[in-house]
Amino acid sequence: MKAINKGDFNGFVDNLIENDEREVVGVQSKSNKFAFDPLHKAEDLRLDYDVTILPPKKYFMPQRETLVEYNLEEGETTPVNQVVPRIIMGVHPYDLVAIEQMDKVFEDTHEDPNYLEKRRQSVLVGVNMVNVSEYSFAHTMGTATTDSGYDIMLTDIGDRYAIEVGSSKGSDLLEQAGNAVDDIEPEEAKKVRDTLEALPEKFRDDPKFDPLELPTLLKEYYGEDEFWEENAEECLSCGTCNLVCPTCYCFDVKDVNDISLSEGERLRTWDGCMLEAFAEVAGDENFREEKASRYRHRYMRKGRYMYDRFGDIACVGCGRCSEQCLPDIADPVDVFNKMKEGTS
Amino acid sequence: MNAEASLYNPREARIIGKKELTDNTKLFELELEDGDRLNQEPGQFVELSIAGVGEAPISVTSSPTRGADPFQLCVRAVGNVTNALHKMELGETVGIRGPYGTGFPTEELKDKDLLFIAGGLGIAPLRSLINFVLDRRDDFNDVNILYGCKKPCEQMFEDEVQQWAQRQDIYHEATVDCCPDDACWDGNVGLITELIPGVDIDLDETYAVVCGPPVMYKFVLEELDKKDVHHDQIYLSLERRMKCGLGKCGHCQINGADEVLYACQDGPVFNYERVKGFEEAI
Repeated sequence: MKAINKGDFNGFVDNLIENDEREVVGVQSKSNKFAFDPLHKAEDLRLDYDVTILPPKKYFMPQRETLVEYNLEEGETTPVNQVVPRIIMGVHPYDLVAIEQMDKVFEDTHEDPNYLEKRRQSVLVGVNMVNVSEYSFAHTMGTATTDSGYDIMLTDIGDRYAIEVGSSKGSDLLEQAGNAVDDIEPEEAKKVRDTLEALPEKFRDDPKFDPLELPTLLKEYYGEDEFWEENAEECLSCGTCNLVCPTCYCFDVKDVNDISLSEGERLRTWDGCMLEAFAEVAGDENFREEKASRYRHRYMRKGRYMYDRFGDIACVGCGRCSEQCLPDIADPVDVFNKMKEGTS
Repeated sequence: MNAEASLYNPREARIIGKKELTDNTKLFELELEDGDRLNQEPGQFVELSIAGVGEAPISVTSSPTRGADPFQLCVRAVGNVTNALHKMELGETVGIRGPYGTGFPTEELKDKDLLFIAGGLGIAPLRSLINFVLDRRDDFNDVNILYGCKKPCEQMFEDEVQQWAQRQDIYHEATVDCCPDDACWDGNVGLITELIPGVDIDLDETYAVVCGPPVMYKFVLEELDKKDVHHDQIYLSLERRMKCGLGKCGHCQINGADEVLYACQDGPVFNYERVKGFEEAI
């Protein structure tokens, strides 16, 4: 393990912003929240944040992404993959776990170059949590820390950051810090361990379930229509929980014409299974017409379906959905606890 | 551009035939501009796109046994893409991705008695298998075709239907839900379920292949149950609005109590035994 003084780290980041060809993005304050945004100076970087509004998935699967450009006059289509190579600063462990899960989705069946090339050309600088959102239950989900998914991982140990290198991309990046990086002292390594060991106490203490029970619990509850109807009663079907979720990736494909009407783009845009039209087919048939069935679908997707397909529990406990749900009905802990305790 | 990088880029296909089948349904004959054959299996679908309008999944209605011929799509004008396609002229081009999905199990069906049950536009995907079977007639045993429409004017592929009626090696019945007084119709009047009791079914040998509007499946399956047709000898083609065809976009996921299926990968053709417990399947 390596370490770097915080002042030197800022110099390293400023140097990357100035001289590295890649775009440097990182977590910054935005009103009273935090967001991943392009970084203009190192001092804007807030590695002490609790949670960002949107997860970093937006860099690999943008809200709107051109898949194909077409020319209406010549009838030509051209595949497009707009890759902006990026250094992404300050990714928390639960988001790193989510990215690793999403990688599997876009590698499976047909490799999706629009996602995968953006992943290949990005460097992930992880950071262990200092502050924890009151909604987060990452510790329960086993994602409060991770030993994979990052290129380098930082841990705040006071005046310095401890650095764990996770890949050759990470060690290449670190070379740009030059002599500022040195080997970690034994007492500093202990500080890293102590910091991570103290982390669980910072999380909410109400989760009563074990994540590995979720596939079975959800299977038992699949047919409990009343349970889903009661929990979904106040759902607005707005899809916010989908948009802010680091493991949600469902999308729509649609054509948008340029104002000239001579050319345009076929776009991939974020979509959400909580939206009413998501499971519509021709002839106005809708296979998830009731909000309870859509609400159930989202939970099944998080705790069971992705587990069956890829072996992953697709809730990483970031708490974004419960924080941002307007009628406050999206807290997975609430629903999973009720299942575990057999209450409604 | 390598193949991987063009996952979403369609191949160009030219419209070389266009025929009106009903007042809102047309048959399109298409040829890939790169000279390739589509090489589809019966029951598979393509993503058809019209630049500036969008993309929609459409089942291929022609049989690969006629692979040297252009491939055919039977399209009802119900949405943006299908309405725009209907307005296109011969010689114009559209985009094609695919073929995608799991089609009918032609190997498993060999030497079996086949019972085709098509309702309305459900004839479109079934026709790919019907013609496959008729082109290799000796590979299959009895062939029964039941075809139901709302009204006589909605019956499609008239020439082929007439041939089914004339051929000695096919049992064919057609029905319409209702028949206006001024229509010429000599088939049955009533729901397609009424035709099922008249079919001679050998429980070990008969495979039913069903496609129709969502509302039809329940009643047809009930009727097949009365005849004790084994559930694992029933195949259904289910429709979903697949956005990618690649198992990613999430739109065609079909949830059951025990398993999850993707219509664009595991289907659109499903064995009934496999999907019968799926609340969202039928």
